[in-house]
Amino acid sequence: MEENLLLDAIERYRNGEMDDQEKTFFEELRKNNPEIDQVAVEHSFFLGELEKMSELKTLKNHLDEVESNLINEGIISRREGKAKAKIVYLWNRYRRTIAVAALIAGVVSISTATFVSNYSAKTNVGITPLVDNKLNQFEHKLNQIEHKLNDAAVVNKPKFEANFRATGFLADPSGYIITNAHVVDNARNLIVENKKGEQYFATAVYSNPTTDLAILKITDTSFKKVSGLPYTFSQTGAELAEPIFTLGYPREEVVYGEGYLSAKSGYFGDTTSYQISISVNPGNSGGPVINKNGEVIGIISSKETNADGVVFAIKSKNIYNALKEVKKDKNVSIKLPSLNSLKGINRVQQIKKLEDFVYKVKGN
Amino acid sequence: MKVYDQEKALLEGLAANDTNAIETIYRENYAAIQAFIVKNNGYPDDARDIFQEAMIILFEKAKSSSFILSCQIKTYLYSVCRRLWLKKLQKQNRYNPSIEMIQETVPVEEEIEWHEKRNDDFNQMENALLKIGEPCKSLLEAFYIQKKTMPEIASTFGYTNADNAKTQKYKCLVRLKKIFFAQYKNTD
Repeated sequence: MEENLLLDAIERYRNGEMDDQEKTFFEELRKNNPEIDQVAVEHSFFLGELEKMSELKTLKNHLDEVESNLINEGIISRREGKAKAKIVYLWNRYRRTIAVAALIAGVVSISTATFVSNYSAKTNVGITPLVDNKLNQFEHKLNQIEHKLNDAAVVNKPKFEANFRATGFLADPSGYIITNAHVVDNARNLIVENKKGEQYFATAVYSNPTTDLAILKITDTSFKKVSGLPYTFSQTGAELAEPIFTLGYPREEVVYGEGYLSAKSGYFGDTTSYQISISVNPGNSGGPVINKNGEVIGIISSKETNADGVVFAIKSKNIYNALKEVKKDKNVSIKLPSLNSLKGINRVQQIKKLEDFVYKVKGN
Repeated sequence: MKVYDQEKALLEGLAANDTNAIETIYRENYAAIQAFIVKNNGYPDDARDIFQEAMIILFEKAKSSSFILSCQIKTYLYSVCRRLWLKKLQKQNRYNPSIEMIQETVPVEEEIEWHEKRNDDFNQMENALLKIGEPCKSLLEAFYIQKKTMPEIASTFGYTNADNAKTQKYKCLVRLKKIFFAQYKNTD
């Protein structure tokens, strides 16, 4: 029982419950008796630990209390948050896996798409060829009136009912016209018409669905060799942001449009074409894309269906390749103009010189 | 200056175990911590644990006389929670190196280490209390934690007088000390 009293004394000493006399006596006792001193130190330490624990316990109770208050108030949302967090957690945990899976899925779908588009009959996904095949009744009427009017002036005049319209331009003064393969591929008859309304029958001497490039030969004997093609064909690449313009026939009348080169590759990274930003409509297909120096850098071919101002133009380099093939296969020699008379003159003058050589291409 | 005074008052409240101060700190900081933890692989329940622990660390800090508020409570809590959460993730092998640094942090390593040691002490005492069993546990808690007087305890526990309760308390205390120091020596 002595220890009992001792511990009680230590506790009272610690809590300051002793009067001065008792305190002095107790301190003396500790000083003279190392064993008692040891017990006192040990017990104080133990009580300290116990107090710390009790303090923390109180705090934890308070924290829990506050927490449950806030949960009741809806400030800490518990269950809802858990479901949401699970998704976030799973997402965070598996996002790499998801990314890899998505990448694989992407690669597979892209390669499948490429495979399908390569081996199916060249259906352009997501891009629209710019041929106007909605020549409506009104335009037919207009055409007929035009033809009647023209009949008076022009002797050789084929009677022709077209169901599409596009653009082409002369590459050789002897009657070779460059346009798109998609313009001519499904046509039975083709005619070309210049700004003056003179129409000539034409046939395709070259058509490559891969590059979407076609070369027409005017077969009409009434066609007289023209002179002074003002533009040349660029053999080197064009630069980003380079200003460009085009002439074409989105309507019966020739239409001018200008823009800039937005990317050095075309749809899905197609390196045989450029992406350009220019306002074009069905009918512009086959039109020349010309830079400020009067060099043809490309041929308008299509635009992205779901995007505005995303137009693709075949690089003019492909024309050179096409000419080589034509020479080899058909022994037809087409000579591109080598003299540029558009350089250094203003745009209005350039167009005036140019417009006679840009043709409407019609067919049925 | 006003913010500083407010925060100082909050910390004093926390040190005094004042529920209002605790609630204010909770209201102002909990959401951000939960957002951080949920964003970094955790559940809201983890956030509650981590936040409680950070509050305990802040409490210990606020109680120590040497404590000077060198940054905002918000920054301090965020730093502590961030460190604690990283540790927890590493322990569970869920460490995600993309953990986000969205706020400034202050170094809190020392405090956390110190806190961990104290947490061990706390657990040891709690374990020891659990081991001595009833009614010893309740009796000691009533006296040392709830600070009840001996006559009160005698009537609650049904002892005929305070002296008997005191004798019983003494026996319990000796057992508790034995268990506690045995554990203490084992871990050292």
